[in-house]
Amino acid sequence: MKEYFRFLGRCFRVSFVGDWRYQLWMLVLTFVVLLGVNAYAKQFVHGLIETGMTDQVSWGLYIANFTYLVGMAAAAVMLVIPVYIYRKHELHDLVIFGELFAVAAIIMCLAFVNVDLGRPDRFMHIFWRFNFPRSMLTWDVVALGGYLLLNLHICGYLIYCSYRKRKPHFVFYIPFVFVAIGWAVSIHTVTAFLYVGLGGRPFWNSAIIAPRFLASAFAAGPAFIIITLQIIRRTTAYRITDEALALLRNIVTVALAINMFLLGCELFTEFYTHSAHMASTVYLFFGLRGYHALVPWIWTSIAMNLVAMVILFLPLARSLKYLNLACVLMIVGIWIEKGMGLIVPAFIPSPLGEMVEYKPTLNEILVCLGIWAFGLLLYTIFVRVTVPVLSGRLVSDQVETSGAHPARSGAS
Amino acid sequence: MSAANNPTGGGTGPEPVAPEVTRRGFLRGTLGAVGGVAALAAALSPLKDIDKEDYTLEKFLQKHYKEMTPEEMKKVLARIRKEVEREYKLSPHLRDVKPIDGVQFGYALNLGRCIGCRKCVYACVAENNQSRSPQIQYIRVLEMPRGSVDIERGNHHYDRPTVPDEDHYYMPIQCHQCANPPCVKVCPVEATWQEPDGVTVIDYDWCIGCRYCEAACPYWARRFNFTKPGFPRDEAKSENPCGLNPDMAYLSNRPRMRGVMEKCHFCLQRSREGRRPACLEVCPVGARKFGNLLDPDSEVARILAEKHVFVLKQEVGTLPRFFYYFDQEYPRDIPLSAFKTSATGPALPGTPMTGGEA
Ligand code: SF4
Ligand code: SF4
Repeated sequence: MKEYFRFLGRCFRVSFVGDWRYQLWMLVLTFVVLLGVNAYAKQFVHGLIETGMTDQVSWGLYIANFTYLVGMAAAAVMLVIPVYIYRKHELHDLVIFGELFAVAAIIMCLAFVNVDLGRPDRFMHIFWRFNFPRSMLTWDVVALGGYLLLNLHICGYLIYCSYRKRKPHFVFYIPFVFVAIGWAVSIHTVTAFLYVGLGGRPFWNSAIIAPRFLASAFAAGPAFIIITLQIIRRTTAYRITDEALALLRNIVTVALAINMFLLGCELFTEFYTHSAHMASTVYLFFGLRGYHALVPWIWTSIAMNLVAMVILFLPLARSLKYLNLACVLMIVGIWIEKGMGLIVPAFIPSPLGEMVEYKPTLNEILVCLGIWAFGLLLYTIFVRVTVPVLSGRLVSDQVETSGAHPARSGAS
Repeated sequence: MSAANNPTGGGTGPEPVAPEVTRRGFLRGTLGAVGGVAALAAALSPLKDIDKEDYTLEKFLQKHYKEMTPEEMKKVLARIRKEVEREYKLSPHLRDVKPIDGVQFGYALNLGRCIGCRKCVYACVAENNQSRSPQIQYIRVLEMPRGSVDIERGNHHYDRPTVPDEDHYYMPIQCHQCANPPCVKVCPVEATWQEPDGVTVIDYDWCIGCRYCEAACPYWARRFNFTKPGFPRDEAKSENPCGLNPDMAYLSNRPRMRGVMEKCHFCLQRSREGRRPACLEVCPVGARKFGNLLDPDSEVARILAEKHVFVLKQEVGTLPRFFYYFDQEYPRDIPLSAFKTSATGPALPGTPMTGGEA
């Protein structure tokens, strides 16, 4: 136990050390986090009036980001599946990077839900009177909390074993890995049901929303990891093979293609049947009764996804430069699709047919940026600590190694 | 795997593994920590404007409405009374009114009579102490084109020198007190529930402000306090300068706070004591009818039995307790005889009949 706290202490110290690029990156992130904290403090005092939300559009950027990040968090499983089910053990360590990202993403999710509350000071009420299983929101709390714990356990255990130079015992992590795979699907599905279950919002009453969630997350998540892995490879001595990237590329390609197919299905159902319920969809894609704030967003998103898909299907994607371009397009494209394309239009027109558009305020955007910066900060620290542990450069002193450990010399 | 990997560098890239604690490092660390704390303090500075009364231990420990003993409720009511006195300079008649046995409230609205004057909207605001700025209203009156009950076609913001307009009819919408309320189902903390008399209420001291119920309501009946409710103050008056209604109940019209949900509750501070809702009393044409659905002699029960009533968005399955009907010939200027059709079925004027015509 003592050894474990010493490990945490050393991790903490390591996270402050790095070359100038690392320091600068962390400094910038910290600054953005503080901007976000400042904006949130204002919102905390004055209320959600500091945001662009109204009684008509009662969920906005916060819930949109939350939704997107739930998807990203589940993406970690896409790395887990080939490793454990198809026994591609050479990718073993990469799983940890994926799961660490899941941890950071879930923490961001929880932060986004919290800033969306009108009375964050009463958050504890959810434990005193938990409306389970009736409210889907309580399911989401269970799903996200469980997923966070699972991933913390799996990566914590594997990293600590590596630190102590022990061989991880499969009983302590393989069962958890399999539970986590199933659980990842559940966080998506439950989050999708949060919206799908609302009978008064026809835009969300589509059984395809949960599968689309999965597909788009399995595109955006690994895309993000492709990029991080390259950054790790560049800035540290840690070896990441091209083979790993190629595997991820395949996953992303298939997931994106499925996502586009499902989008097509949805559009056909909405427009060809021409039901009275298509008002929100018309508003999203073409504008309605002279209101069209979301139209440029959604078409940008579709264009980005299409270009990404074309690149991925061409041999071009073998070159990392183009692969990265496709990944960035996808990450942004799917962010727009989930945020501007899934959450906001469901509120426009309102259930009484009123047209009120949504425009986020600067304060709201700063809060979002702050949370993103916080998540990236966490993830950077996680990676910063994990890389030397996995490559055997940061090991417990209770293990015989040839290297001496400068960190020993510090205060207790 | 790494014994060969020399941790002190040796060409493995720019990656110092662990800090060497030197005097310089220590100094830098201290400076960094001081700077960090200062920056954090600056970032948190808006918190100094916070209303401390909002975060007392007493409020933090307050129980859910349904878990409070009568003693605890008494204490809570005393606290709220004190707060209202301090904040609005008025001693309210505040109590917790309970539902009456054997009563289920229902509302019926005569669309043939409503003239769209919006008097109900403002009577409600005054009765139920809604925020005046930003303005919160529970009732929305839609101006509807004749020949359609599709609320998507209603005009929310009609602004005419005189009402009614001949080519339109008017449809007021407020909480329908659904018997199968989606808003109650989704609330993660059970801050909103349906009472035995059918009124769906909110414990303003329990709501966490997630707005899930607002997204779930198909009738857009819920309103959120995006900020602290604001009332213009008439400083000349030493008593009740904000003009609040002092007749208050815990679950209905006591003043709300920032960040919680509210909505129509059929004026339960009145209706549970035998009076009728404010919107009904003010209606100049008597378009609004209210009463106990379980009593066959009540006005609403009779309307339900005798008129052709309908509910909005029946297809969403929420079973509203708010009914609409037309009791005049429809449309007003066409004689009823125009609708008398042969056995092939009814048709509206202008709608071509398909098949069955001789
Ligand atoms: S009208 Fe809306 S707020 Fe009122 S009970 Fe029905 S769902 Fe709930
Ligand atoms: S806003 Fe309040 S009443 Fe509505 S669902 Fe959330 S906690 Fe419940």
